[in-house]
Parts: sequence; structure tokens; C-alpha cells
Amino acid sequence: MEFFLQLLVNGISLGFLYALSALGFVMIFKSSSVLNFAHGELLAIGAFLFLVLSSWANLPIIVAFAFTLIGSFSLGFIIERFFLRRLIGEALIEVIMLTVGLSIMFKGLLLFIFGGDIHNYRQFLPEGLSITWGSIGIPSVYVASFIIGILFLILFGFFFKYSSQGIYMRSVADNQPAALSLGVHVRRVFALSWAIAALVCAMSGIVLGIINGVNVHELSSIGLKVFPVVILGGLDSIGGAIIGGIIIGLLETFTGGYISTSLREVIPYIVLVLILMVKPYGLFGLVEIERV
Amino acid sequence: MENNIRLLLNNISVVYSDVIQVLKGVSLTVKKGQIVSLLGSNGAGKTTTLKAISGLLKPENGKVTDGSIEYDGAPVQNSSPEEITRKGIIQVLEGRQEFKYLTIEENLRVGTATRWGKPYKKDLELVYHYFPALLSRKKNMAGYCSGGELQMLVMGRGLMAQPKLLLLDEPSLGLAPILVKEIFQIIRRVNEELGTTLMLVEQNANMALQIAHYGYVMENGKIVMESDANDLRENPDVKEFYLGTAASGALKSYKDVKSYKRRKRWL
Ligand SMILES: Nc1ncnc2c1ncn2[C@@H]1O[C@H](COP(=O)(O)OP(=O)(O)O)[C@@H](O)[C@H]1O
Ligand SMILES: [Mg+2]
Repeated sequence: MEFFLQLLVNGISLGFLYALSALGFVMIFKSSSVLNFAHGELLAIGAFLFLVLSSWANLPIIVAFAFTLIGSFSLGFIIERFFLRRLIGEALIEVIMLTVGLSIMFKGLLLFIFGGDIHNYRQFLPEGLSITWGSIGIPSVYVASFIIGILFLILFGFFFKYSSQGIYMRSVADNQPAALSLGVHVRRVFALSWAIAALVCAMSGIVLGIINGVNVHELSSIGLKVFPVVILGGLDSIGGAIIGGIIIGLLETFTGGYISTSLREVIPYIVLVLILMVKPYGLFGLVEIERV
Repeated sequence: MENNIRLLLNNISVVYSDVIQVLKGVSLTVKKGQIVSLLGSNGAGKTTTLKAISGLLKPENGKVTDGSIEYDGAPVQNSSPEEITRKGIIQVLEGRQEFKYLTIEENLRVGTATRWGKPYKKDLELVYHYFPALLSRKKNMAGYCSGGELQMLVMGRGLMAQPKLLLLDEPSLGLAPILVKEIFQIIRRVNEELGTTLMLVEQNANMALQIAHYGYVMENGKIVMESDANDLRENPDVKEFYLGTAASGALKSYKDVKSYKRRKRWL
């Protein structure tokens, strides 16, 4: 029973990280219908940026964290402005090729600068953050990521629900020609969604880096898990991404705990294929509102 | 004389995808404070004309290849929709393009995109004043609204942008006559009370000519007739093809021949 509960806690914590980063992926897809194959590299870039700022430049952790978020946000903006924008209106396959190209380029650059070794952040999370319940423990890194993640979700919930810019972003995802007709700056919305995506990727990347160490290959392959997550949750559903992330996280830890650790890494993809066979649009994809 | 002209289309041609020519030398004038109606049957090029004005041709790979569009005296042809909307031209698209997953009030708030960050409470009140039906449903998702409510919503959303020139594309399409009447009355009030200049594209010539000051008839990408709205309403050709009220009488056979000629010229 305790083992079960520990796996449950681990699974939800891990899934929460997947969910957070999948949000960025879904946001880009919703606003501009672009599938971002450089997702894992955005995770890695965020993690390495934090490594440089916190461990190498020795900045205070909060400052390093803030600069990492600002840096990733700007990077997302730049990616859209210099690469994606040229391809607005081009065929889907060209846009996919571009993001695949970006992912290879970023990965190459990171390998060139940091090599393929595992780097570690310096210890900075206070031990007091961890929670123990009898024999079940939640390590402080998970607690920290939970708190930050939930704060972030609330913040963005408010942003999209109440702020004008958030409403403009949703209008573009909903009906692009109508948004254009009202003067919504559609390209700015695309850029903003890339920026936000890069930012949430960086947050997940940092937490994954704390848990597993910072490694280019590791982080970019974790990035690939966004596909089972969003296929499960529906490419265009923010709520679905969160549920999808948590389900995949749970599946992984339970497979690892009860069946075998070697199966753990493939189980998300097995589920992906099964779901695609049954429900091609994902479990939580938006249901079209039908006119009666 | 010059400065009471809001919009001037000077012999414009529009081509889609570099090969499909849709407008062939269209000229028209919209004076400040007027309602100008653009009539014509399906496929005549009415929507294309509006999109040429609002800049929405661009995303559809269309282009003004000849002629000029002057708005308040300055050329605007082939500008981007972001620029044109910020100058005060707002097009209300054909077919009631609401944001399905946004509430009524959120839909209206998208209308503030041209002046992001400025206060909008007064404008919301104004829209609810003209369209009280929207007020009681402001928290409902637009995807669940009826056709009449949606037409009010998209028009109200256009008003939120405080337009100087509002382009309405077939507001009556598919609505029950009583709703059409209500909507046209509101259009007239907006014009009279707010002083908004309007261009009204319609197939429902009867209703359009009741509130318009001036009218143009378009066929096959060309303006084939223009005149004061009252004169246009009395014009036999317009009566026959657009109002469906041709005078019947003894000269029927002669009229048939004549209308055949007209038909050939127009269609
Ligand atoms: N994006 C487009 N590409 C090519 N042809 C178009 C496009 N939009 C409209 N057309 C053509 O232009 C003509 C006029 O269309 P439109 O302006 O929509 O007419 P109306 O609004 O008067 O019904 C039609 O023959 C239509 O097929
Ligand atoms: Mg039309």
C-alpha cells in the first residue's frame, strides 16, 4: 500500500511536469497550428541557461531563475520572429521541417557548448520543503515544482480569462479571420505563444534538471513525451494537456514500479498508439459546438 | 467638397492568386456620415470590394493591382489589416464570424484590439444600449447563440472598435424578416446617433435601400448602376431583379424582351 502511494505521488509529480511543458506545446498549436518538434530542445535550453546563471555565474537562485525565464521568453519571441514568421501561410510540411531543423540546430549547439555529459546544479532547495507522511516522502524538488507550477497555472488562467491580451490570443485560436478583421495583431499573438511556450518549457526543464541532472540527450528525449501527452489530451485542449500529462506520469511510474523499469520508457508510446487507434482526435479534444 | 469624402475607390482591379481577376475597374464614393449600399447578386464581387478596402484580401492572396483606394484623402490600398483597422475601418464579415468559445462579452472585448490598453467600459455600455439582447447573455458562450443574437454580436463587436467607417457584409442573410427589420433599424440609429459612416453590402435590396442614402449595383466585378437610394428604388431594372416587384401590365411581352436584354447585359 505504501509502495502504491509513493508511486502515486511520484507519478503525479512527474506528470505535472509533463503537463506544464505540454501547455506550451498546445498553446503554439492552438494559436498557429504549428507542431513544435523543437519542444525538447526548449526544455534543454532553459535547463542549461539556468545552469550557466546559477552554477557558473553564481547568481542568487531567484535572480538566476528570473533571468532564465526572461531569457527563454525572449528566445521564444525571437524564434517566431526570425524563423516561423517567414513561413506563415506555407504548407504544413514545410513548417514541420523547420521546427525539426530548429531542434537539430539547437541540440547541436548545446552539445557543442556543453558536451554530452551530465551536469548538476548546486544544491539550493531547502531540505525543509520535503514532506513526509509516515513512510511516504515527497522530495523537496517535487514540492517546489508543485508550488511554482500551480502558481503559474493560476497566473496564466487569470491572464487568459481576464486580460485583454489573453482574450486576443484566444480569439486568434478560435477564429483567425474574424480576429484579423478586428485588428488583432495575429503575428504578435503567434510570437507571444512561442514566448510563453519557451518559458514554461524552461520551468519544466529546470525541475527535470534538478531531478535527473542536466543532459542534452536526456532532456530532448523527454521533450518527445509531449506527443503522447497531447495526443492523449487533445492537441488543442489546455485542460487535456494537464490531464494527459498526469496520466502519462502515472503510467510511467507504475509500469516502472510494478512491471519493469525497462518498459517504463516505452509505455507512453504504446499508449499513444493504442489511443490513436481508438480515438484519433485524442481523449479531450474540443468538441465542435454544433448549430441546432 | 474633398473633405466630406470618407472613402474613394478609384477604378480598382482586384486579382486573387495572381490570375483570378474579380474586380474590373470599380469606382465608388462614400461621403462622411452616409450609409452607402452596395447591391448585387451572389458572386458579383461585393465581398471582394469590402476586403479590398479593409485589407483582408492580403491573407487570401488577393491584391489591388490597379487603381487606388483613398480613405480620408490618403491612399490605403494593399495595406495590412492591422494598419487599416487602426485607421478606423472595420469590416463585419459575412456569415457572422463569432468566436465560438468566447463569451459574448469576451467577443465584444476583442473589438478593442485596435486600442489595446485603453478603457472600454463606456463602449460596452454603448453596445448593450443598442443591443440590449446581448446584455442578458453576456456570460454565455457565443457558440450557443441564435443567428439574430450573433448578428447583433458581430455588429456590436465592430462598434467596440469605434469605427469611422463600418463595412457590413450581408447582415440580413438567413435571418427572419422581423429580425432583419430590427437590425436595419439599429443600423440606421447607429448612423444617425453616432455619425458612423457605413457601407452596407446586401442582396436584400429592398431593406438596404430603405435605410441607405446612396446605392451602387454591382455585377460581374463592375458597377453597373449608381444613384440616390430613392431613385434606385424606383428604377425598373432594380425593381425587377432585386426588389421582385416589376409592374405587371399589358406590355408584358415587350417587357420580357427588354428584360432579357437587361439580363444579358448584367448577368
Ligand atoms: N479567395 C478567393 N480566391 C479566388 N477567387 C475568389 C476568392 N474569393 C472570391 N473569389 C471569387 O470572386 C468572385 C466574387 O466573390 P465575392 O466577392 O465573394 O462575391 P459576393 O460577395 O458578391 O457574393 C466569385 O466568383 C468568387 O468565386
Ligand atoms: Mg459575399
